[in-house]
Amino acid sequence: MQSNTNTASPSAAAAEAQLKYTLQLADDALIIGHRLSEWCGHGPILEQDIALTNTALDHLGRARSLYQYAAELFNKLPSEAKNNFFTSIPMQQLIASGNNIGEDNLASLRDGWDYRNALLLEQPNTDWAYTIARSFFYDAFNYLSFKCLSDSPDAVIAAIAAKSLKEATYHLRWSKEWVIRLGDGTEESHMRMQKAVDDLWMYTGELLAPEKTARQNGVDGSALRQPWLDIITEVFSEANIAMPAGTWMQEGGRDGRHTEHLGYILAELQFMQRAYPGMQW
Amino acid sequence: MTKEQVMKWLEDVKDPEVPALSILDLGIVRNVLVTGDNENSSVTVFITPTYSGCPAMDVIAMSIRMLLAGHGVKKLAIEQQLSPAWTTDWMTDEGKRKLKEYGIAPPNRKAFQPLGLFEEEKVSCPRCSSDETELVSQFGPTSCKALYKCLSCKEPFEHFKCH
Repeated sequence: MQSNTNTASPSAAAAEAQLKYTLQLADDALIIGHRLSEWCGHGPILEQDIALTNTALDHLGRARSLYQYAAELFNKLPSEAKNNFFTSIPMQQLIASGNNIGEDNLASLRDGWDYRNALLLEQPNTDWAYTIARSFFYDAFNYLSFKCLSDSPDAVIAAIAAKSLKEATYHLRWSKEWVIRLGDGTEESHMRMQKAVDDLWMYTGELLAPEKTARQNGVDGSALRQPWLDIITEVFSEANIAMPAGTWMQEGGRDGRHTEHLGYILAELQFMQRAYPGMQW
Repeated sequence: MTKEQVMKWLEDVKDPEVPALSILDLGIVRNVLVTGDNENSSVTVFITPTYSGCPAMDVIAMSIRMLLAGHGVKKLAIEQQLSPAWTTDWMTDEGKRKLKEYGIAPPNRKAFQPLGLFEEEKVSCPRCSSDETELVSQFGPTSCKALYKCLSCKEPFEHFKCH
């Protein structure tokens, strides 16, 4: 890595990397939480409507803890690093004003290219089977990665992960049961479950992509690949779902290159703060 | 002002979603620090959320603030402590008794003995104590509860999930 006297010290670079990773975890949680909350009032039956909104709340709660920590990490960066960290104009304006940033700013003032969530999580709800498939892939990943993150050398990340692991265990049980119920259900439900799995499969590679900072926090994507596949194949075999044949994986979310769907999410999520900056109610 | 005194006062703060229980019964208060002498005492209360997104935490923090202000605490900090993660194992026996009396079936096994797929938690009816009950929904009106119905007395009831 090139460095000169004007750029950040190694410890500052490490702090920036940890901030990016924290934001990635937070963005994953916010975006899936938002997607699941879109089901509120639209669930196929009341009990499942409640299940999804409860789960959405767990994700949003985790997002809050992570954004609070990300804001704390950001506010400690040297000013040059701060100025260059975000490309979104409203964030740059806020930072130029010299104020500290907070959790709400991170959620409301960043444009899509500053969001680092996995592409899988921004995919639309489409139907019940797509919603279940998306959650199942992510819940299995969360369950495994939170186990690892619980031992992260970063005490805040470790605490959030240990708390979230209990919730992820519950989420995974729920999504597993639904994959089986639909896959091993009627001809129609099986067909839809298989289609959702096939269509979303190309977004799963990104979850387990090996990353240096993830590894430093205890999550080794390549080492988790097999345990993740074990969970998937076990449930698929019980659900009579065929493993998707495709091997091409679409990535980009971790670098801020998103599918067209994220923009629509942010338009809804951020409208009030963009139209009426700093508003509270 | 002592830690014991502050803890005693905190017994009056109820969980807004389960008003039968105080935040001490639930194990939400992790610690209280009191520094300085009477007039200049400053108090720090450490609380932990039951679930990551529990919306009751903001209300609980506000209730603590109002209550302690009423007892003359001028310098108060409320810190959220995530580690170790809250578990229903911390709920006191007294808490479980109050919960049942209130009509909510208390957690009945140790957390982290996960259920198998499609396995239903065996829960007794808090009203008639019958073991003939049926799960209606794994998720309930708040994150911490599941919905059941009693097949003996036919009443629906909530179960405080093991977590």
